Parts: sequence; C-alpha cells; structure tokens
Amino acid sequence: MLSYFLRRLLMAIPVMFFVAVFVFLLLRLTPGDPAQAIAGDQATPAQLQQIRESLGLNEPLSVQFVTWIGRMAHGDFGVSLISQQPVLKMIGQRIGPTVALALVAMGLTVLISLPMGVLAAWRHGGLTDRAVMAFSVIGFSVPVFVIGYVLIGVFAVNLKWFPVQGYKPLADGIGPFAHRIFLPGLALASIYIALVSRMTRASMLEVLREDYVRTARAKGLPEIVVLFRHALRNAAIPILTVVGTGFAMMISGVVVTETVFNIPGLGRLVVDAVLARDYPLIQAIILLTAGTYVLINLLIDLSYALTDPRIRFQ
Amino acid sequence: MSLTTSAPESPRRRLMDAPPHWTTVLASVVLIAIVLMALFAPVIANFEPTSLNAMKRLKPADATYWMGTDSYGRDLFSRVVYGARVSLMVGAGVALGSIVIGLPLGLLAGWFRGLDAVLMRMMDGLMAIPGILLAIAIVALTNAGLTTVVIAIMLPEIPQVVRLVRSRVLATRSETFVDAAVLLGTAPLRLIWRHLLPSTLAPLIVQGTYIYAAAILTEAALSFLGVGIGTETPSWGNIMAEGRLYFAMNPWLVFWPAIVLSLCILSINLLGDALRDRLDPKMKGRSA
Amino acid sequence: MKLFGLKTLGRVALVAGSMAALPAWAETTLTAVMQAPLRSLDPHLSTAQIVRTHGFMVFETLLGMDANYQPQPQMADYTVSDDKLTYTFTLRDGLKWHDGTPVTAEDCVASLNRWAQKDGSAGTMMKYVDSIEATSDKVLVIHMKSPFGPVLELLAKPSPIPAFMMPKRLADTPVGEQISEIIGSGPFKFVAEEYRPGDQAVYVKNEDYIPREEPSSWTAGAKVVNVDRVVWKAMPDMQTSINAIQSGDVDLIEQVTIDLLPLLAMNDEVETAVLNPLGAQVTGRFNHRLPPFDDPQVRKAVMYALDQETIMQTAIGNADYYQLCASIYGCEVPLASDAGSEYLEGTADERMAKAKEILAASSYDGTPVLMMQPTDLTVLTTQPIVAAERMREAGFTVDVDSMDWSTLQSRKNGWQPVSEGGWNFFFTYWGVAGIWNPLVHSLINGSGDDNSWAGWPVNARIEELRAAYLTAGTLDEQKQIAEEIQQIAWDDGFYFNAGEFKSVAAWRTELKDLQSAPITLFWGVSK
Repeated sequence: MLSYFLRRLLMAIPVMFFVAVFVFLLLRLTPGDPAQAIAGDQATPAQLQQIRESLGLNEPLSVQFVTWIGRMAHGDFGVSLISQQPVLKMIGQRIGPTVALALVAMGLTVLISLPMGVLAAWRHGGLTDRAVMAFSVIGFSVPVFVIGYVLIGVFAVNLKWFPVQGYKPLADGIGPFAHRIFLPGLALASIYIALVSRMTRASMLEVLREDYVRTARAKGLPEIVVLFRHALRNAAIPILTVVGTGFAMMISGVVVTETVFNIPGLGRLVVDAVLARDYPLIQAIILLTAGTYVLINLLIDLSYALTDPRIRFQ
Repeated sequence: MSLTTSAPESPRRRLMDAPPHWTTVLASVVLIAIVLMALFAPVIANFEPTSLNAMKRLKPADATYWMGTDSYGRDLFSRVVYGARVSLMVGAGVALGSIVIGLPLGLLAGWFRGLDAVLMRMMDGLMAIPGILLAIAIVALTNAGLTTVVIAIMLPEIPQVVRLVRSRVLATRSETFVDAAVLLGTAPLRLIWRHLLPSTLAPLIVQGTYIYAAAILTEAALSFLGVGIGTETPSWGNIMAEGRLYFAMNPWLVFWPAIVLSLCILSINLLGDALRDRLDPKMKGRSA
Repeated sequence: MKLFGLKTLGRVALVAGSMAALPAWAETTLTAVMQAPLRSLDPHLSTAQIVRTHGFMVFETLLGMDANYQPQPQMADYTVSDDKLTYTFTLRDGLKWHDGTPVTAEDCVASLNRWAQKDGSAGTMMKYVDSIEATSDKVLVIHMKSPFGPVLELLAKPSPIPAFMMPKRLADTPVGEQISEIIGSGPFKFVAEEYRPGDQAVYVKNEDYIPREEPSSWTAGAKVVNVDRVVWKAMPDMQTSINAIQSGDVDLIEQVTIDLLPLLAMNDEVETAVLNPLGAQVTGRFNHRLPPFDDPQVRKAVMYALDQETIMQTAIGNADYYQLCASIYGCEVPLASDAGSEYLEGTADERMAKAKEILAASSYDGTPVLMMQPTDLTVLTTQPIVAAERMREAGFTVDVDSMDWSTLQSRKNGWQPVSEGGWNFFFTYWGVAGIWNPLVHSLINGSGDDNSWAGWPVNARIEELRAAYLTAGTLDEQKQIAEEIQQIAWDDGFYFNAGEFKSVAAWRTELKDLQSAPITLFWGVSK
C-alpha cells in the first residue's frame, strides 16, 4: 500500500512539471505587459521600459524559466509583480474564504443530495423520483451566476433573510459566518447537488437489488436503517468518485460565485492576476490548484481501497 | 460549470438515466427550434442585433421591443435570437475540435504503449489545470474572438476524450479478433481503422453531446467574467454579462437569455442521455 | 472600601465585552468602495487614479492646489526671486515621516528627483532646472537656468503623478523599481499588514500629523482627519456595491454607475452627488503612424462622423452627468475655449454628410480600421461600438477587436501593422486634472516621438506652441496659445474629444462634510 502510494506520488512529478512548463509558456508567449499594470494607462514607453528592466522581464525566456523553477524548488514562489507582496502571503490571505465556500458547498451537497438520491431510488419510478431527476437535470443546465442572482433577488433583496454580499471569517463567530456564506454556498452547490443526487440514486438502485439488502429487510430492520446504513454505505464508492472529479467543476463555480457574492477568495485573485499579467501569482495559483487536484484524486483512489478491499493496488 | 470534467469512465456517464420518451421528443423539438432560430435569425429578428439607439436605452418590453432594449439601446429579442448562433457554434466547435484532436491521440496512446506514458502524463497535467482558469488565461492573454474562445474551452476537454478513447482501445485490443488480426499481419493503421475506431464511436458521440452542453455553459461563464466574445457578436453569455449590471432594475435582461440558454442545454443533456441509452446499452444496464 | 459603583462595574464589563469583538471600542471606521482595486502602491510609478488617491492619503506634496487652481503652501512655504530663477521652499514645523523621523529638505530633494524621472511634465521642467539643493534641514532651493512658467503649478498638481514627498532612503530606490515601504508624512498611515491587493487597503489616522491653519480647499489647506480608520474595499460588481451601501456595509461608493442611480434615489439613508467637480474627458485616439489614419483627411472624416451626444448618451445615459464641449482641456477650466467647435455644430446627420464627402475625396481605400474595445472596463466598453457604427455609416470598414483592458493598454504602445497586432483607433478617458493645460496634456504632444503617449501625431507648429506656453508670462498669453493648440488638435485630428462626464459618489447620510475635489479626499469628513 505504501509503495503504491509512493509510486502514485512519483507519477505526479512529471505531471506537475508539465503543468509548470505549460503555464509558463502560455503566459510568456502571449501579449500583455505587467509593467503596464503597474504604471497605469498614461505611462509612456520609456517609463514602461524602466519597469520591465527592473522586473527582469527583459531576460531571455529560458533564463526566466530556470530562475523561476530554481526558486520554487526552494519553496520561494516569488513576489507579485504588481503589488510586490509575496505570492504565498497573497494566496494565504485569500484561501480562507475559498476553502470555506467549497466546504460549505460540499456540506450542503451531502445534506441535500444524499437524502434526495436515496429517496428517488427508494421510490424508483414514482413521482418523487421524477421530481428529483428533473431537478438534477435543471441543476446542470442553469449557469451558476443565474442561480446566484436568483438567490440574491429572492432571499436577500426581497425577503431580506440573508445579507446580499460579502464574507465574514469564522473567527468573527459562527453566526455571521454562516449567515453570509449560506447563499453563495448554495449557489455553488447547485451543480454538485444535481450531480451527486443522480449518482446516489443510480448507485442505490444497483445496491438495493443486492441480496444483503433483501436480507436486511427480511430481518425486519426499519426501512430507514436499511437505506442509510446498509445500502448507502455500499453505494459510497461511485459517490466518492464524483466528489473527486467534481473538484475541477467546483473551481469553475468558485470563480463565478465569488464574483457574484463579492467574496475575496482565490477565484477573484486569479482573475485579477490574469488581467494584470501578474505572472508569478498566476503560476503559483495554477500550480496550487493543479497540485490539489492531483492530491485529491490520489486520496480518492486510496479511499476506494479502504472502503472496498476488492480493489487491488496495481 | 463544466459538466464533462469528470472522466469518461467516471459515473458522470453512468448516472444519466433513460428519460421518459416524451422528454426526448420535447428536447428534440426545443433544440430544433433553437437551431432554426440560429439559421433564420435574420428573418426572425426584427432588428439588426448591433443596431444602436442611444435614446432608447434600457426600455422595458413593448410591442416593438419584445424583450426590451439593452444598455446600448439594442433590441434584446434580436440579440437573443442571434446569440443562438454563437452559442451553437461554440458548442459545435468545441465538441468537434476536441474529438478531432482527442481521438487520434487516444488511439495512439491506446495502441502504442511507448507513447502512452508520456502522452497520458501530459493529459493528466492538462486535466489538473482547472478548465476555467486555463480558458480565462487563454482568452484574456490572446484576444476575445470566436476562435480563441473555442480553443480556450476545447483545450481542457481534450484529455477527457483521449482518456475515453484510450480506455476503449485498451478494452478492445485484448479481444481475440484483434489478436487474430495482428497475427494475420494487418498493418497497425488499418487495424485501428477497422477494429478499434468503431468501438469508440458510440461513447464518443455521447461524450460529444455533453461536451457540447458544457462548452455553451463555459462560454457564458467566460463572458460573465469579462473575458468572452466581444459585444459586437451577441452571445447568450455576453448578453447576460452586460445585463447583470442592470439586474436590479430589469432582471429580464439576464433572465431572457438565461432561460433560452438553460432550455438549450437542458435539451442537449436530455438528448445526450437518450443517445447513450440507444447507442451504449451496456451503460444503461449499469445505471438502471 | 467601595471602589466602583454597580453602574461603573457594569460599564467596565460592557466595554471589556465589546473590546473582545472589536479592535477598539470608540473607533470610527469609514468603509469605502473605490473606483478600482488598489493593486500597486508606489505613487511615483503609477498614473492610475486609485494609486493617486492612495498617494494623497499617505503622502504629501510641498504645495497643494486649491479650488481656484492656485498652488498654495502645504508642506512648505515658498518665495520666488524677482528674476524667476530661484525658488526657495521652507518646510513647516512638526513634519514627521510615519516612521517617526523628521522630514528634512534632503528627503525632499531626493523625492523631487525621483518624481521628475517618472512624470512627463516634471521631466520637461528639469530641462530648465539648474539644480535642486537642500541648504539646511528645512530649506530647499530650486535654481533655474532660464525662467519656466509653471514650476509652482507642477509641484502642486494633483495629476497624473503628483510631486509626493517620501524619505530619502525610499526615494533613492532605483528607477523602475517600486518602493519597499509605504512611508509618507500625510494625514493617514498605510497599514501594510491589512493590505490585501485587489481586495482591501486600510489606513489609520496619523496621530502625529499637524494640519495647516488655512481652511481646506482641494489638496491645499488643513487636512483634519475625523475618522480613525479608512477601509477601502474593492467590489467587482456595481450591483453588489449598491446593495452593500443600502444595507450599511459600506459608507461610501466613490463612483456609482449613473444608470443605477435610480436604485439609490428612493433611499433616505443614502445621498448621491458629484464630488469631483472636474470630471473626465472621453478621448478617441488615432494611430497617426498607420494607414488609413496617417492621412489627415481620413482623420478629418472621422472627426465629423463621430457624434459626442450618442457616445455620451450611450455610455452615461443621463444628460445631467455629461457635458459636450470643444475644449480639449476640460469644459470648465480657465483655459477652456470654443476653438474647433465647427466639428460639433449642426445635426449629426449634417456632419455625417460632410464626413462622407471628405472620406470619398480622401485616400481611403476600404482597408479595415482596427478598433480596440475593452471588455472589462465598464466606462469604456460602449464608445468603440457607438463610434464603429458611425464610422461604418460614413463609409469605413471597421473591425472591432475586443480584449481586456490590460491587453489594450499594452497593445496601444506598438505601432506595427495591424496584421502584426497593431491598432488604428481606441478610446480612453482622462481626468480633467490630467489634461487641463498644454503642459500636462499628453494627447497634444506633436513630436511624434517614440516615447510620447500612444498615437504619435506629428505637428511642428503645435510643438512650437507647446514650448511657447512654458515661458508664457500671463494668463491671457497662455489662453491665446492654448486656443491655437486646440484649433490645430481638431483640424489635424490629434484625437476626438467625445465629451466629458462627471462621476457621482454615493454615501450614507452618517457621513458629514465630504470634500469636493478632483481627488476623493478622506480628511474633513466625519462619521
């Protein structure tokens, strides 16, 4: 098991190297100039030239790449070209809201979609089933920002149940935190809820036919225990996979949700960084998310093994 | 937002259940209507989608402007009608493009084991970069034309196709008829063409429809974030992006394109499900 | 012995309780949504409006400019010798940098030198300067080689790069590099630990600051700070900002989108008004180096084809907040005149007929005009679309190329052919304080110099006039020169002046005494 883990970890190295090269080239071979973002619209070419010089942007690409990789190997992600703040510090300031948002969305997903999926499977073919399926197809088809705007319009502006925007860290108390993160969390969770409830339903349908479920029922166990303790546990693996593969989907939702609800997270940071051509910051954020993606998928593969001993490590 | 970010062998495909028959019919009708709307946009729209009128900005819907006007004083209805063109083209471009590029790569990776490791690590890398970030970077860093947007959305989809094709090739090449063909000395290209390609087609078509739907959503998200196609070419995405500033005053600037967009994607997804059940019965068996 | 009454005890407990939740209990914090997020901090290096506003929080200038456009003493009092060759500045007492060290004349000499390397018009001034020296801790002297009219005006100017003073150790930062610490002598201190680039910037009241005695007027006079903290929040979405001010999450929005003002009109707790009396000019710039706009006749056709009103109406939507005029220096500044207004007279249709006629007779061969359009800067997205429609009607072929603002900004600096990424036309806007006289106005540089601002028009006469302006003695003389420059700028199609708009601020009624100035100022205001 350990050697499997290590082997998978080793395989991640060329993957991450490819990401690094790809992102570096993408940024440097396209037009745009971070000096402009520093100097502003009214700067003259001579002023820009001075700034480029001091940022080292006039060095040959290969030199810049080697310098960058070398520094990163020492854990130095550099400083933002625009604000001169260390990149890791900037990411640190912004990662909290993003992680909170993602976790809340994940939590809401589980709370909402598991019962929904189980219910749909249990009442297979019935009205509830159809309603759940219809709901989930619609969840796939409406853009996150439209869902966000509808939620704001109904629950914040009209009903005034929730604040319209903003973020309060958990340190300010669970109340303010929850109050502000609920709507964005729900908006972000919308696709996920659609995905996971369908997945849950499908896996449950498969499991409910199995002998042990019939046995459990025959033993006279309450239906709810049969459904949630026996069936759902065995339906867990495909659901887990969805959580992993949904990570990328979530990133995309995060960028949009943060904009709609004005949450100062990583998503907005990266969009700003791209627009300002803040190379070190873009590179660091993309590497970070790519690394997280690789790690999450690794963990999910491992968790398969833990939940289902039939899967061998090959 | 991207629906197809899940790997092809992932549950994403398994979980689409067979929709009742009437939904398929309805979805086809809606989709055909949207395609017709795109084709005959000049006939249907009562204004040029780019025709400005500074004195008629942000008007509510009336008999002339069926959906009202936007902040440039352009007719929203005409823009939504024309917007179908961009969205459908982006979807088609991305779906076809990712298949045209992904299919040969997948076949190569599946057949030539030496290539496999390198190619698949590259694909893993590409998959690890969140698609939206990659797309934002590509569009923002180059320019916001239709081609760029298609490429930007397509690139992150390619690995999905490659993985799907590769897994099919791997499954097929272990079959006895392939062994037989190899023993008979069939040339690799011919072998791929005759024996491997056909087995990948069905899942590929299904995957294509999901990519299609996802691409339309991603285009909308890019426009929303300010890195989409320019406003001279109306797309549902950029119509919504422009309308969102006025959401509190006239939410219909967002809702009209949103409704049409959602209907379109809904139909494509439903058709995708139906297609999969038809073309790929194995999948159906696993999910229902 | 009874030390505390029950009441006192209760109050202590209350205070202790609230202190746990808040940094300090009696603190007033003013939260403002600024026009753009603050992403860089060096006020000498950036021409961006937000960085300038940040500059005036933390830094000070030797002279301030008052509401009558007159330079006034701020950090220093001054005398000018009769021959206009010697300017002597004496620093006022009690000036201290935010790190506690006193402000010296040495610091100011270093700051002036750094500023002069960054600011275009200061660079021009330096050609006339013989030396800048500190003669004591408190006194600095500028010796001129020959008289140069606007020395005091430049030292006081609020835009585009004001002559901010900083400690010598920071001012000695190499050219092109940003300063490593934000230490000035101004009424607010920058809180580096709470700075989140692109999201928030925090300033606290500088308790050591001693304001001048004179009443406050623009950047001159007393800077009396009545709030303890100022927090700038960036919000990417105007809708969000409006929701936030209505709910009381923020106190001030620096620039509200005019179209959305009706949303705030019904709210008694929010007031809206124009705080910046000067506004900004929208400018459509030709690339004079590339066909078809290397031909003055083709440019002239565009000058007639474009229509100020449709451009401003589409962009702003409410005629109360824009103004149409021919003056290239701003509609209401001392140098404003009507020169060139023949390009704006008559109906739009009449002018279009003229444009068609001129274009038909010109060298224009149907080559597409590449118009750059920013997608992410709301105030500048509509103009290219409106202009393209009018130009097409006149007979041009126009390709609108959409890109983000950052790309546009760097692309404008290149003059390679369009096929290799060049451009023909784009719009931008200039705060009137950045164009109000021929010295600071970058768009009327007629040198065609590679280092002049994008567009590179060449016109020898305008260069003579610009030089003459620098040594002009009286306001009348200046006005006369400015007027002739303006006429040439229209006739030769330097750029199209599309009109002027005012930005509207919104604030909660708890805020009192917001200052009217070309810069959003955070002194004077109380909460």
